Amino acid sequence: MRIVLWGTRGSLASPGSDTAGYGGNTACVQVHGAPDECVLVLDAGTGIRALGIALCEEERPVHVLLSHLHLDHIQGLGFFAPLFQSGPTSGAPLPCDLTLHDTPLAEFVIDGYRLRADLICHPGPTVGYRIERDGRSMAYLSDHEIALGPDLERTSSDWLSGFSLAEGVDLLVHDAQYTEEEYAERVGWGHSSIAHTIAFGRRAAPGKLVTFHHDPSHTDSVLDRLHLEMAAMAGGLEVAPGYEGAVFELW
Amino acid sequence: VAQKPVEVILTRQLASCLAMPAFLVDPEGNLIYYNEPAESLLGLRYEDTGEMAMTDWVRMFRASGADGSLLPAEAQPLVIAIREGRPAHDSFWIQALDGVRRRLATTAVPIEGQGKRVVGALALFWEEG
Repeated sequence: MRIVLWGTRGSLASPGSDTAGYGGNTACVQVHGAPDECVLVLDAGTGIRALGIALCEEERPVHVLLSHLHLDHIQGLGFFAPLFQSGPTSGAPLPCDLTLHDTPLAEFVIDGYRLRADLICHPGPTVGYRIERDGRSMAYLSDHEIALGPDLERTSSDWLSGFSLAEGVDLLVHDAQYTEEEYAERVGWGHSSIAHTIAFGRRAAPGKLVTFHHDPSHTDSVLDRLHLEMAAMAGGLEVAPGYEGAVFELW
Repeated sequence: VAQKPVEVILTRQLASCLAMPAFLVDPEGNLIYYNEPAESLLGLRYEDTGEMAMTDWVRMFRASGADGSLLPAEAQPLVIAIREGRPAHDSFWIQALDGVRRRLATTAVPIEGQGKRVVGALALFWEEG
């Protein structure tokens, strides 16, 4: 699998010179394999616009997997070029060959990818995904308030929201929107502090943890500083900040 | 790891914040969480016992009628809620850890999650004057 981050910002698109490094587009992650195979797209935030332009040059099936229906995760759909390309059902309201599904809360398969979705802690129905292929795996928990539940450090893993999705994956993309101080003022808003995300990562033991859903107010310089602090608290956990254009290879 | 459904995790979070006793069971009736006020009803600490099978918690709870006769499991609101999939309400007596006999009103409801999955049941207790 090849994983590309097209949008890493949380809550609100935040373009500007002071966010250009990590990117201002909201959630969108591409997962794909060989050039002639299908593409999985996790969420349709504003980052999906640029992905759509890139996909228009190719002719392969696209599967968009939404985590939930908050605006920052669907706002890009109206600008996702493959939706407006002609397909076998030309003449329908959208010219593409479009099929809509409810996300099954059980394992399902898309063109060789084994997927599992499960509800996770966030206001309104919200799922995280685990995707496996050829013995490699990644998990995507973009909006996840891990601390809104039993004590993160003391409780058994079966009581941790999202744990079974994240456990032992090669790559974990996880919400890390707030500092500790910010989280204290935003309990119940549906997101995690960086420290909570690190603690969750240490329990789930992924090969690599990628922070995601950066707060709109966090400029590049703020995120640089936070990620230095994050590295210091990560212990043996490999942590990388998620930024627009980042590519992760799992082969 | 067998994951608890998020609806159950959040129900536990609610129960842990309440000052009234609460029991949370899984679809099989196993007591998977009870809060601090409920600890004094059972005379047990959740941290010590962890989860309990239905037969165990029913036996330890010792709910009884006004005449002191023990209430059978199938007559208890929480057992009705999980076995019959409907809300149930009743009042009964228990003898708490302090030895005082108390009359409790109990309301139990099945917890129906996304996709109409029954993920457990919650009972709340109220001491009647």
